[in-house]
Amino acid sequence: MKILLMGNPNVGKSVFFSRITGVKVIASNYPGTTVEFTKGSMRLGEEKVEVTDVPGTYTLEPTSKAEEVASLMLQDGDLVINVVDATNLERNLYLTLELLERQIPVIVALNIWDDTKHLGITIDAAKLEELLGVPVVPTVAVTGEGIKELVSRIPEATSPPLTARTRDERWAAVGSIINEVQTITHHHHTWLERLQDASVHPVIGLLIAALVLAGSFSIIRLIGEGLINHAADPFFENLWEPVMMKLSTALGSEGFWHDMLIGKLFDGEIDFSQSMGVLTTGLYIPLGAVLPYILAFYLILSLLEDIGYLPRLAVLLDNLMHRMGLHGYSIIPTMLGLGCCVPAIMATRILESRRERFIAATLISIAIPCAASQAMIIGLVGERGTQYVAMVYGTLFVVWVVLGLILNRTVRGFSPELLIEMPPYRLPSWRALPTKLWMRVYGFLKEALPIILGAIFVISILYTAGVFDAIANFTAPVVSGIFGLPKEAVVAIVVGFLRKDVAIGLLAPLSLTAGQLVIGCVVLTMFFPCIAAFVVLARELGYKGLLAAIGVMIIATIAVGGLLNVAL
Amino acid sequence: MEDKSDKRYITLRQMRSGQSGIVFEILGGHGLARRLSAMGIRPGKRITKVGSMFMRGPVTIQVDRAQFAIGYGMANRILVEVD
Ligand SMILES: Nc1nc2c(ncn2[C@@H]2O[C@H](COP(=O)(O)OP(=O)(O)OP(=O)(O)O)[C@@H](O)[C@H]2O)c(=O)[nH]1
Repeated sequence: MKILLMGNPNVGKSVFFSRITGVKVIASNYPGTTVEFTKGSMRLGEEKVEVTDVPGTYTLEPTSKAEEVASLMLQDGDLVINVVDATNLERNLYLTLELLERQIPVIVALNIWDDTKHLGITIDAAKLEELLGVPVVPTVAVTGEGIKELVSRIPEATSPPLTARTRDERWAAVGSIINEVQTITHHHHTWLERLQDASVHPVIGLLIAALVLAGSFSIIRLIGEGLINHAADPFFENLWEPVMMKLSTALGSEGFWHDMLIGKLFDGEIDFSQSMGVLTTGLYIPLGAVLPYILAFYLILSLLEDIGYLPRLAVLLDNLMHRMGLHGYSIIPTMLGLGCCVPAIMATRILESRRERFIAATLISIAIPCAASQAMIIGLVGERGTQYVAMVYGTLFVVWVVLGLILNRTVRGFSPELLIEMPPYRLPSWRALPTKLWMRVYGFLKEALPIILGAIFVISILYTAGVFDAIANFTAPVVSGIFGLPKEAVVAIVVGFLRKDVAIGLLAPLSLTAGQLVIGCVVLTMFFPCIAAFVVLARELGYKGLLAAIGVMIIATIAVGGLLNVAL
Repeated sequence: MEDKSDKRYITLRQMRSGQSGIVFEILGGHGLARRLSAMGIRPGKRITKVGSMFMRGPVTIQVDRAQFAIGYGMANRILVEVD
């Protein structure tokens, strides 16, 4: 049997899905979190049934890509759990009626039941059940309330005989149901609702946005640096280094295996950021330098997501984004890109047109540094002074805007206008947050750790084989001539194909001036996505789109690197 | 006396922040009307303008307990009978 979880966007389907299947998925407080359907399974009595989390839709008439997908998936489902937002019953029931008209067995979960009380909404669930002719169970997906009852009543799901109706007839039917089951009493605006309105006020809203963004950045840096100084560095220096030194001695302080595992010694000591051994630098970069920032970044991002702030940011920035051929909602994939390019490029699917997806994905892969790169940039460039870090960020921001303006002029087609539902502000769930954070951190470790270790290994071998010298001489005209970097910096650029964090780390031993370091970081960020990003980019844009994006990338990198070299 | 019969219908864009009214018609094309209607924004529905961004930015509205942000051009095509 195949069960489909369907409902309007942002009604809690993903939370619901995790509850009944045990499969962990990312849920966020904005419409469109689920761009790809997720499958899981659950036990129903003796039987094991398949459960699919379908992207949220307002209607089965396909008016958007997500709705097309949902409408198609309906054809091979056997039963629908229709998740309904009890605080927006009228609108949600429209989809319920459409589902019933399709003559597929339905059971309704009246979710977000907890919020009805303080909003002054009373719903007679028994009456609703009677009028719809299918089971209706109030639920609170975030706490699990009512889920057991719902699951136990799945066998009761039915499809009462109903003929197809026109749109107006359907709304009329919804209206008469609402009149019978729902009463609304006046409620006083809560402080969250006031804050909600202030957040999209042209002046106050922009002030709030500036505060939120500056605050986020400072907190991320505070937590990231704090973890490095008080946890990661002490661990590596006091606990790991002695172990590695023993190993180094055991290996005879030199030779192939010593170079691979421990790397170069500086005055007889290990330098975790420069030794380049698999067990030294290979572990230090992901766990010591990057992980603290990954934790800090995703903590703040998850908070902003769960509160429901991001769609407000989309409204404030809509104007600017339109000039870049995008609309405000593209800020969501862009913010995800500050974490990692891969989920960010996948999230561009929430944008409606191909053109927007191309522009957004190209801009993200060129001008948005991922958290791992940022950790290395802040660590490396920050040593020379905060103004240089600001220079890197400032340049990338300008590149993002200017490139957007240019792409808007040159890419054919038009970009549609913003039309989004804005979720209510919610206090983050302190139980769900750690799970979400862990999923993302685990995702980083699983994806990045093997590649980083592999990259360090390959670098050591290629160094030993002298391959890099040959490449360096060959590319010297560009690297030294245009970017003003020592020709050895090409190693970093090549390694950038694998991992940007390792690549930026490779700039450390080159004794660059602060200006060269800024150029190096900008060039490494812009030039070529890392391998993981490359793969999703190809998948999302197709090979033509990918080639176009790469063309833009190469030209932009050379232009910006060259300009910086002249200016600094 | 003002000529009320003329002034009662204005577009969502022309509404003041905080002003409420009943959606009268979605102008121009069925596509938009269909999309809006599925979201619950349809003729006969009471809406309140929460605010708008300057320089042709999006308009925020409240419909029942839900809030929506609607692009300037679309807001120009939503005709409202104001109170
Ligand atoms: N108060 C309350 N909040 C809930 C409940 N269920 C879900 N939420 C919150 O609602 C938000 C949306 O949840 P999701 O599970 O991402 O919604 P979705 O329906 O999967 O959304 P899309 O993937 O965008 O279609 C999250 O912030 C949840 O924490 C509930 O029963 N009560």
